[in-house]
Amino acid sequence: MRRVVVTGMGAITPVGNTVAEFWDALVNGKNGIAEITRFDASENKYRLAAEVKNFDPLQYMDKVTSRKTDRFSQYALAAAQEAMDDSGLEGKIDKEELGVYFGSGIGGFETFCQSFEVMQEKGPRKVSPMFIPKMIQNIGAGNIAIRFDAEGPCIAFSTACATGTTAIGEAYRAILCGDATAVICGGSEAAITPLAVAGFGACMALSASEDPNTASLPFDKRRGGFVMGEGAGALILEEMEHAKQRGAKIYAEVVGYGSTCDAYHMTAPHPEAIASAKSIEKAAKGLEGLAPEKIYYNAHGTGTAMNDKTETLALKKAVGEDAARKLHISSTKSMTGHMLGAAGAVEAIAAILAMKNGVVPPTINLLEADEDCDLNYTPNTAQKAEINGAMSASLGFGGHNACVAFRKVEEA
Amino acid sequence: MVFEKIAEMIAEKMDCEVSAVTADSKFNEMGIDSLDFMEMLMQLEEEFGIEIDMGEEKLETVGQLVALIEAKQA
Repeated sequence: MRRVVVTGMGAITPVGNTVAEFWDALVNGKNGIAEITRFDASENKYRLAAEVKNFDPLQYMDKVTSRKTDRFSQYALAAAQEAMDDSGLEGKIDKEELGVYFGSGIGGFETFCQSFEVMQEKGPRKVSPMFIPKMIQNIGAGNIAIRFDAEGPCIAFSTACATGTTAIGEAYRAILCGDATAVICGGSEAAITPLAVAGFGACMALSASEDPNTASLPFDKRRGGFVMGEGAGALILEEMEHAKQRGAKIYAEVVGYGSTCDAYHMTAPHPEAIASAKSIEKAAKGLEGLAPEKIYYNAHGTGTAMNDKTETLALKKAVGEDAARKLHISSTKSMTGHMLGAAGAVEAIAAILAMKNGVVPPTINLLEADEDCDLNYTPNTAQKAEINGAMSASLGFGGHNACVAFRKVEEA
Repeated sequence: MVFEKIAEMIAEKMDCEVSAVTADSKFNEMGIDSLDFMEMLMQLEEEFGIEIDMGEEKLETVGQLVALIEAKQA
């Protein structure tokens, strides 16, 4: 039976542009939410977002590549570069054995909007030949494959806000079944545009708060919607023997994955949380034998009224109410905002580092208890704890549910 | 004039020196693919107020493109 381990990680997030900065921000409860700067939102109902700050694409790619890529691809390339550098895998794997499972919820939203404007103003003859190849949702994965000469399976998942988690889970399976020896997996998103903010706002999904500290409020009674975030997360998943033979640093073992669908409503979660519970239950099988006190669950925890209530119910159904009460839980979206297709990837990184470092990152600004959200969400300050197993769950529009589970790997 | 503009455009697009572009420079040897080429034609249309039929005979060198544009301007 093949086993799969994590040997590299990379992150571009609203609270830091490396994994080290990201983690440091999380344990210190740093809030990445602020007024939108990407465009003038001063007259909008929704004025806050969790933007990536100080990102310079030329730090990760040449000028020609940066000109030919949408921001979402640039985030993907940057995160993948950090993860590959971290893993030391480049040049140590056959190119046919290296896959890319990398998604985006939406793709090149900025490019789409800009190109549409050009066509409206100047006519179809003036639409750039770069429009389609920059914008299509799979091109983040395609660009990563080109950069790292990865000729194995290359698939771009799109399961809305579950995208990052789906990509990790499917990469785990691809390695288990022998389709690849290592996979660069994760997700990226760059959709902080006037149209996307207006659209998510119209879905009644966004917080209309003007104060960054009362905007993204997972599991808090005052919660009123999520705050749009952006960025990318990348993980290197590798077959365990391959990783050991080349002396790679091993962060964790991937031990479980559950993928289900509510099959209920386009945007609302099923109130009984049947399928979401099932996805968590399937992933949690990999953690059998561990005491719930030693497990960290990084919640989807968007801060919408429905999500946090149903996710709490799903968790109770999946592991049992007693065990659910003993778990360490938090929503790092309280700090990063909702990074949509990238969320699951950076949250998996948070879950793995919580285990590796023995620290549970907090849910910040969690001040008012809600009777429907009555578990231990690690309010406001990070907690030291011995963590031997971790889960990261994502629940997306379309009813997509995905959950991945990791275990600590004992030093050889 | 036309040559200088094209050389400038290529230098900007491909991140190289203007002096590296000559009339004999071949597009494919400079790493200019079909997408870059189409994009450049569109920019040239804008710049010189001309229309280039995108299906026109295959152009291989900078000199050929200069000749085409100068003919359109005449």
